[in-house]
Amino acid sequence: MARHLVKGLVDQMAMYIVRRLIAGFFVVLGASFIVFILVANAGDPLASAQGITDPIARQARIDYLTTTLNLDVNPVIRYFLWLKGIAGCFVGQCDFGYSISTNQPVTGDLGTRILITLKLLLAASMLAVVFGASIGIITALRQYSGFDYTITFFTFLFFSLPVFWAAVLLKELVAIQFNDFIVAGAHIPWWFIWLATLVVFLITYSITGGQPLRRGLYAIGAGAVTFGIVYYMSVTQWLLDPGLGPIVIVVTSIGIALGVAEVSAGLSNRKALYTALTTAGIGIALWYPLQYFFYEDMSFPRLLLLAVAAIAIGIGVGYLWAGDDRALSARTGAITAFLISMVIFIDRTMQAWSAYTSNTVIRGRPIKTIGDSQSGLEGDFWIQTVDMFTHLLLPTMALILISLASYTRYSRASMLEVLNQDYIRTARAKGLTERTVIMRHAFRNALIPLATIVAFDIGQLLGGAVVTEKVFQWDAMGTLFLRGLQNSDPNPVMAFFLIVAIVAVVFNIIADLLYAALDPRIRVGQ
Amino acid sequence: MTTPGIPDLQHQPGVTVEAEETTLEQKETVGLSQAQIVRRRFLRHKGAMISLFVLVFVLLVAITSIGIGPIPGWWQWTPYDRPPPLNPRGEPTLELPFFGGTGFAIGSHPFGQDETGRDMFAATMRGIQNTMVVIIVLAMFSTTLGVLIGALAGYFGGWWDSVLMRITDTIIIIPLILITAVAGYALGVNGVVAVALVMGLFLWTGLARLVRAEFLALREREFVDAARVAGASSSRIIFKHILPNSVAVIVVNVTLLMGTGILTEVALGFLGFGIQPPDISLGSLISQYQGAFTTRPWLFVWPGVFIIIIVLCIQFIGDGLRDAFDPRQKRIPKQKDLDKAGRLPAAEPEDAVGTGTMKVIEP
Repeated sequence: MARHLVKGLVDQMAMYIVRRLIAGFFVVLGASFIVFILVANAGDPLASAQGITDPIARQARIDYLTTTLNLDVNPVIRYFLWLKGIAGCFVGQCDFGYSISTNQPVTGDLGTRILITLKLLLAASMLAVVFGASIGIITALRQYSGFDYTITFFTFLFFSLPVFWAAVLLKELVAIQFNDFIVAGAHIPWWFIWLATLVVFLITYSITGGQPLRRGLYAIGAGAVTFGIVYYMSVTQWLLDPGLGPIVIVVTSIGIALGVAEVSAGLSNRKALYTALTTAGIGIALWYPLQYFFYEDMSFPRLLLLAVAAIAIGIGVGYLWAGDDRALSARTGAITAFLISMVIFIDRTMQAWSAYTSNTVIRGRPIKTIGDSQSGLEGDFWIQTVDMFTHLLLPTMALILISLASYTRYSRASMLEVLNQDYIRTARAKGLTERTVIMRHAFRNALIPLATIVAFDIGQLLGGAVVTEKVFQWDAMGTLFLRGLQNSDPNPVMAFFLIVAIVAVVFNIIADLLYAALDPRIRVGQ
Repeated sequence: MTTPGIPDLQHQPGVTVEAEETTLEQKETVGLSQAQIVRRRFLRHKGAMISLFVLVFVLLVAITSIGIGPIPGWWQWTPYDRPPPLNPRGEPTLELPFFGGTGFAIGSHPFGQDETGRDMFAATMRGIQNTMVVIIVLAMFSTTLGVLIGALAGYFGGWWDSVLMRITDTIIIIPLILITAVAGYALGVNGVVAVALVMGLFLWTGLARLVRAEFLALREREFVDAARVAGASSSRIIFKHILPNSVAVIVVNVTLLMGTGILTEVALGFLGFGIQPPDISLGSLISQYQGAFTTRPWLFVWPGVFIIIIVLCIQFIGDGLRDAFDPRQKRIPKQKDLDKAGRLPAAEPEDAVGTGTMKVIEP
């Protein structure tokens, strides 16, 4: 009986997906037709040829353009000719047509361009989701506090920023000032040290719970630590040649282990605590040998492999310690392992910093305001990694500022909604600890709507690349589209549109399915 | 076909307050109509009221300073005058005591001049006027279209729903920048109203989806059945019974749409589409002067500052409207309200503001 029910549900789900995919296919088809006709009317591709003075060359160019773009036929027939090339994708032979400004097939550099755009957008959106969700949930837990009001004001402010305006300000105020600061010897001014201390003090005071005295002590402690760190960085000119060194790595790793154990299982769960600490121990022990491993022909796949290996070790440790809840221990181990491997990665990247800044093409001004990579830069994997980060810094900051706002608002609203549910009251009435109630009952359910919003946003992400790429002069998908539109070059425009549309439609379906999968109260179809 | 949509996160429930506070809330709203309650709550929202005041002030200054059309304003320059630069490089004459100035002064070019001598104050004011025209036209068109399409799809369902929603899906994925490019090239329209019209014709999709969801829920309610049994026609049910009940969703989202509409128009102007010279938009001003940041930052900063002010005000007004319309929203009573109500509070007021919601919810 139950099996029949499950089978029926699965069938229903499959039917639903198929129906959505068919509808999506026709939506993309219809939209691509409209867009093709619009592009055909958005400019005259022959305009560039009209400027050629030599009549023979001009005629030859006009003939060439007419045949490549099929200008001699009606736009409707032209659309089907174009569609024939796209249909080739189903048999592995995509043909997006020729670009008339480069005289190259569009298909050729589409792959690299997508990768560059993804590099630009993925880092920013992932960070925005993580930060946005955390801030939103903290503000929900401290609703109507000063922290909540301040964050609300700033999210509104950031949401109102035009991205390109903020980007130009970031270029001038962050990049150029920071580069001047590095050139001047990286001595941190006193006002900045005090400002950082004050900000940390205020934030800690407002997000910790309990009596004012306890919160004040926490805040003073955090402020003092900040003051010490920033002052140390200034005195030792740490930013000229940063690195964490063994002591900081040991302290950070143990801190991460304790923090992860506390948040995911609570410190009273001894097995989870031992798992986290063992994982941290392994990470610390492996730090020195890894330096030699990093030295020789490092590459991105190997880095990925190391991260996966680290997570596997974490799971293994958790599995061996076991405890009442094996999965919980394994999860604690995995999260700890991942975070510690990030620390080791950051440490190694920092070691390449001074080699990078003193490079002849960098000339001591590391933060870049335009482009996606420094041309003519020679160096090993780590120097290239630093180069990638310095180019990503400003666009990522600009994009985070803007998308942080909506994620914060959404997660705050959703957490508040969940906290008012009856099952939270029940969980408290059962006598569960506040940590369990928040992390296990409230937090997970609050993330459900957020997951669908993230999936939906990923669909919209590529389309938003146009402005960001123009501001930071990245030559990728958005530039392809914009330049195509300006030069009346239809094929690149259509290629961009088609990819953006397909991604949007697919992720739209994923968003709905995710919602149905995560929330058992939602049923797909009818 | 019912698609599981994104849940309604717009409504933020307030803290679940205790019985006597609820009665206090009830006492305040007794004998008032729904509209009066909403208006009272909105007027009490400090952020929204300050924003409304700022927005009206900015609008008044923008309109009266350079005038509209043939009517001259009180400002001595128009955006099309080219007076000789007053200060070297056209530096602004605005002085504020705490921003490096010696005293408070406005002068004849408070926002400075560009290299041709154009007064930036006049240009920015014209940009604000155009932005306002854009959002008003945009709001009118997208509200009409979005409400109409959402209402038809949600109320009739079935084929209507499928066809209208597939059309909506199609419109959503067509890039707006392409539409404005086509409008500019093929139709030769790039004036303010034309761009606003194009945007309005394509930005209704989000609203249509929300209105549809609202109608889907409301058409199952008893009052709709009652109206139908009483013999009301479909159009009467839609416009007289369901629409007034979904006005909260519509008002709030149109407000937010106006905010994003400004940013969209500005982005179009920045990319070189949308409103074209000689007409001025805040976006095209930024785009025009972004290279001048190191030499003449004032050309670049002021249009951006006004975009932020306008969008921020609209956001806060939208937030205030949302709180005002939300029936689940409860205000935390202040100590003096409780005192006035003549009873001691059951919960310490610090609990409601300090340590978060947990304590307040505890029975």
